[in-house]
Amino acid sequence: MSAIEVSALQKSYGQLRAVDEISFSVNQGEVFSLLGPNGAGKTTTIEILEGIRQRDGGNVRVLGVDPWTSGYALHKKLGIIPQGFTFFPKAKPKEAIQYYADLFGVTVDSSEILRKVVLDDAVNTYFEDLSGGQKQKVGLALSLVNNPEMLFLDEPTTGLDPQARRAVWEVIRELKKEGRSIMLTTHYLEEAEVLADRVAIMNKGKIAAIGTPAEIIAQHGSGERLEFRGDQKLADYLREHTNLDVGLDGNNLVRVRIGEKHDILVALESMERSGLDWADLKTRKDSLEDVFIKLVGFAIEEGGGIKQIGNSGRGA
Amino acid sequence: MASLKRTLSDLKIFSRGYLRNKIGLFFSLVFPIILILLFGSIFSGSSGPIQVYVQNQDSPSPSPSGGFVTALNSTNVVRTVLVDNSTNFSQYLLSHSATAGVLIPKGFSASYILKKPVNVTIYTNPADTSSGIVVATVNEVVNAFNLNRTGSTPVIGTQCLPIASQSYKYIDFLVPGLIGFTVLTSPMFSLVNISSEYKKTKLFKQLSLTPLTKGEWLTSKIIWYTLLSIISYLLMTFVGITLFGAHVGITPLVLPFLVIGPLFFVSLGMLVGTLTKSVESAAVVGNLITFPMMFLSGTFFPVNTMPQYLQNVAHVLPLFYVIDGLNQVMIFNNTSQMLYDAAIVLAGAIIVFVLAVGLFKWRED
Repeated sequence: MSAIEVSALQKSYGQLRAVDEISFSVNQGEVFSLLGPNGAGKTTTIEILEGIRQRDGGNVRVLGVDPWTSGYALHKKLGIIPQGFTFFPKAKPKEAIQYYADLFGVTVDSSEILRKVVLDDAVNTYFEDLSGGQKQKVGLALSLVNNPEMLFLDEPTTGLDPQARRAVWEVIRELKKEGRSIMLTTHYLEEAEVLADRVAIMNKGKIAAIGTPAEIIAQHGSGERLEFRGDQKLADYLREHTNLDVGLDGNNLVRVRIGEKHDILVALESMERSGLDWADLKTRKDSLEDVFIKLVGFAIEEGGGIKQIGNSGRGA
Repeated sequence: MASLKRTLSDLKIFSRGYLRNKIGLFFSLVFPIILILLFGSIFSGSSGPIQVYVQNQDSPSPSPSGGFVTALNSTNVVRTVLVDNSTNFSQYLLSHSATAGVLIPKGFSASYILKKPVNVTIYTNPADTSSGIVVATVNEVVNAFNLNRTGSTPVIGTQCLPIASQSYKYIDFLVPGLIGFTVLTSPMFSLVNISSEYKKTKLFKQLSLTPLTKGEWLTSKIIWYTLLSIISYLLMTFVGITLFGAHVGITPLVLPFLVIGPLFFVSLGMLVGTLTKSVESAAVVGNLITFPMMFLSGTFFPVNTMPQYLQNVAHVLPLFYVIDGLNQVMIFNNTSQMLYDAAIVLAGAIIVFVLAVGLFKWRED
């Protein structure tokens, strides 16, 4: 049985289609990531799966039940960190864990949970005085109180510095090792690539691609290519004298798609024959970021916003 | 199903946070004490001569009775206000909320001249700190008059009578008023802020992912503010009685108001936070409701001293019934009126509580 099954899910806010008939499933014990910029529909999707937002259409099953109608029966099996996790400012991490344990009616070793999320050095610090990374770790600790089968982590590292982000990644890796299913939303491509078994790229409420990072790259990427510094003349020369797929971007970076190893030799010979200047030659494969840009037409900024990419060339 | 354990757990973490927040604690417990000290000092002060009402039923001056009144004034401790002979003196003292009065009987001068015993009656309010000073001053003047009749036994005597207990001081009204102030302001300001802030930071959404229900969450706040109101009642009554001689009773009959009041205002604060869109607009609406209610419900001055149109406004404010109920049990010992006030507050509280729980959303559509 899949941990999550989503079919033709849709949700609108007025005229805006926040989630537009998306379908996917998450396997048991899998880390599944929804990757996309702010406003892509990730949080709406995850909140519908958590059962705190009602859907307009489609079918959703989480651990075999409808999250909207199951309420606490489902929540007892879930661990959730909402986006921008926060807590009572004057509560200490240990008190927060005990509070959640009381609410869920379970007995826990709060010290053990704090050790697990590497927060045992801040047990007596008020939540308001914790660093951003430590606050997220409190969220992780609370999501573990009820020993959940499945975790929903909505942008758990947004706004953290790289060191804190990696510390949270380590905790998520440990949770994965324990066999828990994890649904992760993020706008950090690296985070999705490092943590997720499978990724769904979301944009404007739709899923643009889904699969393992390698599958997505293979399916939507341009394969291997030759890259070097050159100019318009050189790019035109290669197009005229070879059958290669040649592109040029605004930074005078020439890209030649390599279908077969022989194509490299063809390109190099032609470049030499042209007598034109070139430099910084290297071969390169598409990353998830390249595929992401190709699929959605822009890159994601640090804060999750959209960064437009200029490209004046053709091909490759 | 509601769980007492979850409610108490929420109460524990909320009260801990509250007690650790020094500003919140200051405004809940210390600020009302400062107000009682401030207003009590201003309106209960005795820096000038004490006003004493005098009715001279004897013949007017020049006569020994006239001289007696002049002697009282010349002590500079009291300042006499003459009351017309045609009025009932004890009723007059009552209706003017007087703290002291002196009655010089008819035939005073003749008795004094003929060395026949005659008594001056001193009316005081035993609850008032100035009553001892008035008695001592009158006795001093009496002694001086008796000494003037050298060689004779004392002619003038004094008898003390209390002004009926219905003679109240400002502080008697201030103590219940400020208890009502705490019952209103602590939960209102806090819940308006919490409910809008938790909505903004999505803390409510987080709590909705636990088995805690919104009813349990609200109940824990009501319990906390009830406890705070009881502590405030004990503190303010203690300060009022010990520092200003307030004539207010310590009675369990105040409890309905210390429970129903927080129930009403916690729910009202929650409702304001729920119905407004931002933390800022919640604060504005909260202040628009709280401040007029604070000043028009008899917190600082008895409502019956206000113009009639303001009294009419006061009668639609829930805090008026809380304070009036506290006045009834702490000052007048009037249980039937207290029950009437409590019933009105309870009815309103139930309506507001149901609305708050009903309109407040854990989850989103």
